[in-house]
Amino acid sequence: MRRLSTFAAAGITASALLLTACGTNADTSSDEGSASASSGGSGDLKVALAYDVGGRGDKSFNDAAYAGLQEAKKAAEFESTEGEASTDEDEATRENRLRGFADDGYNVVVGVGFAYSESVNAVAPDYPDVNFAIIDGFDPDEEENANVAYLTFAEEQGSFLVGAAAALQTESDQIGFVGGVNNALIQKFEAGYVAGAKEVNPDIDVAVTYLEETDVSGFNAPDDGQAAATAMYDDGADIVYHASGASGAGVFDAATQADKFAIGVDSDQWQSASAEQKPHIMTSMLKRVDVATKDFIASVESGSPQTGYTTFDLKADGVGYSTSGDLLTADTISQLDGFKQQIVDGDIKVPTAP
Amino acid sequence: MIRRGFFSLLPAVVAVVLAMVVTGLVIALTGGSAGQFYSTILSVPIPRVSVTIVNQTAMIAISAFAAAIAFRMNLFNIGVEGQYIAGSCAGAFFAGSGLVAGPAVIPATLVVAVVAGAAWASIGGFLLVGRGVSEVISAIMLNYVALTMAGYLVNRYGVASGYTFTTNPLELNQQPVGFQVVDGPYQVWALAIIAVLVAIGYWVLINHTRFGFDLRASGASSTAAAASGVDAKKMTLIAMALSGGVAGLVWMPAFFGSVHKFGIPENFQSGLGFTGLAVALLGRNRSIGILVGSLLFAFLSAQSNDLQSVGVAPEIISITQGVVVLAVVVAYEIVRRLQIRREQESVARELASARPTAEEASR
Repeated sequence: MRRLSTFAAAGITASALLLTACGTNADTSSDEGSASASSGGSGDLKVALAYDVGGRGDKSFNDAAYAGLQEAKKAAEFESTEGEASTDEDEATRENRLRGFADDGYNVVVGVGFAYSESVNAVAPDYPDVNFAIIDGFDPDEEENANVAYLTFAEEQGSFLVGAAAALQTESDQIGFVGGVNNALIQKFEAGYVAGAKEVNPDIDVAVTYLEETDVSGFNAPDDGQAAATAMYDDGADIVYHASGASGAGVFDAATQADKFAIGVDSDQWQSASAEQKPHIMTSMLKRVDVATKDFIASVESGSPQTGYTTFDLKADGVGYSTSGDLLTADTISQLDGFKQQIVDGDIKVPTAP
Repeated sequence: MIRRGFFSLLPAVVAVVLAMVVTGLVIALTGGSAGQFYSTILSVPIPRVSVTIVNQTAMIAISAFAAAIAFRMNLFNIGVEGQYIAGSCAGAFFAGSGLVAGPAVIPATLVVAVVAGAAWASIGGFLLVGRGVSEVISAIMLNYVALTMAGYLVNRYGVASGYTFTTNPLELNQQPVGFQVVDGPYQVWALAIIAVLVAIGYWVLINHTRFGFDLRASGASSTAAAASGVDAKKMTLIAMALSGGVAGLVWMPAFFGSVHKFGIPENFQSGLGFTGLAVALLGRNRSIGILVGSLLFAFLSAQSNDLQSVGVAPEIISITQGVVVLAVVVAYEIVRRLQIRREQESVARELASARPTAEEASR
């Protein structure tokens, strides 16, 4: 009997561990069926989006890429498909996904998220006729790839503006930042946010927390996000900015419960928030992944595909902030416009590392 | 004999079929196409995917053997995950440090990985023996500690690669050539052979050594084992260390075969520890069972990659894998009870028929 119970308990635990991986995506699987693999169109453009972990339905980064795809479809008719990374997959699986698209005749392949950098670098030379792009991507080696576009953003500039907004509207002179994963990309958000806040008030207190050191689960852990933000609100902060993907939902819940404010990221998160959350989402730092995706598809369509590095900054309206919900005061907005102009003119240099 | 083989195989087959049916039902209920799910999953894998399946099978199998060693001792080593992260991180740092030049780095790194994995597992072993801390609780916590610590070490002492950090990559003469089984830039990793060696080693150790006998005896009944002179504490420590040592090897095939550096998330594959636990249960801690179970899990994961293109979230395959494990555990328990009942009945029948004979003899 003892042997049975241990064995059975072990089985149930192991199954539960396996099943947790699918919890967040089960609810999105149904509507993906209707939208993906939609065909039609006459041109020879075929577009594939490869999402990172979380996929469509994160109300943030991946959804923005999907919005860009939909925008592009308004301008031109073409066939499209989507693929999504699963938790704990290896490089070979990512490469197989990209090769699968290329083998199926997709000539525009967009990797959504920097995690595709290595796999695109490995696959691209074998498919010279396919145009690859990586959102937030980079070239990991010295050899240049003639058919890869690296679409990067000046996140620090957008974060500077929401940092300034937080400093202008805080009542406690205490604000916070929750990062999903402690890597150089998310540190750009932190650096800009802190710099913007200090520009307004050099003495402001900015608490900084990262949910994970390196593991991408930090972008998909709403409970951790909520715990981190709740701690900051308890310590006296009244505005918390998150750059943590789907974990941000927890930050919004924390703001709602504490009756304080949060700042969204990537998309205009006020739009997708629940009715209870909306009064607490002060603004969102916009990272126009949709624009980058749409522009890249359009560049292939026009016959001169983008390649190499392209940075979407304030000047190009690649980053910015949202005003949905009217929680930013007119005074704040006018001051932010001033900062924006100074950044565009080069009078303010925003740091990219904390 | 045939009947016995039938009984040991049937539950596994039933479990797999049941799991596929359940997954199909879930997909159908959530508005997807179960038919497309089946045709995608059950299609014959193209060559490059086959190579991925073989490579993944090797890593999952090593992880499952690590778990099985502890299971045999009635220990639930849920810490395989943390132990192989510790082994991978330590091994990759060592290999990248340049302390050992040339191909000699391969055996040296394997030793470092084994030692690191064993050391990490021993923390839980000592806590259990010395302080009575459940190995499950300590291992779950140590998994998080290992993941965070590996991340911290790489961020702090690694080299920048894009937005993240990695250990120093292997030199070209330190990268063993794999097995070219299909055309194209896809190879079965050289060190996938570790899985075969571990499988043989496990079978010999458990079934043909005194240590293996002591291990099984302690697992079956710790009191009986103690009465016959087996030191339970020593056995616990050794089993945990051995389990962790094997766990340390899990990622080594990928490291030497294709990745060549350690860095989370791009240059590491996490989660194999949990997969290994499930596969050890599925394979009922037997060498052949574990190898077949590993192949099944690797096959399902690799085939799920194409699911999104037919409108099904690839994570759905976790349901299949979870149900397989649950169903196998339940099915074998049912078979075990049936067999016990049948044995009891046959014993009772023999006793009943034996009695008159005895009376006749006394007459």
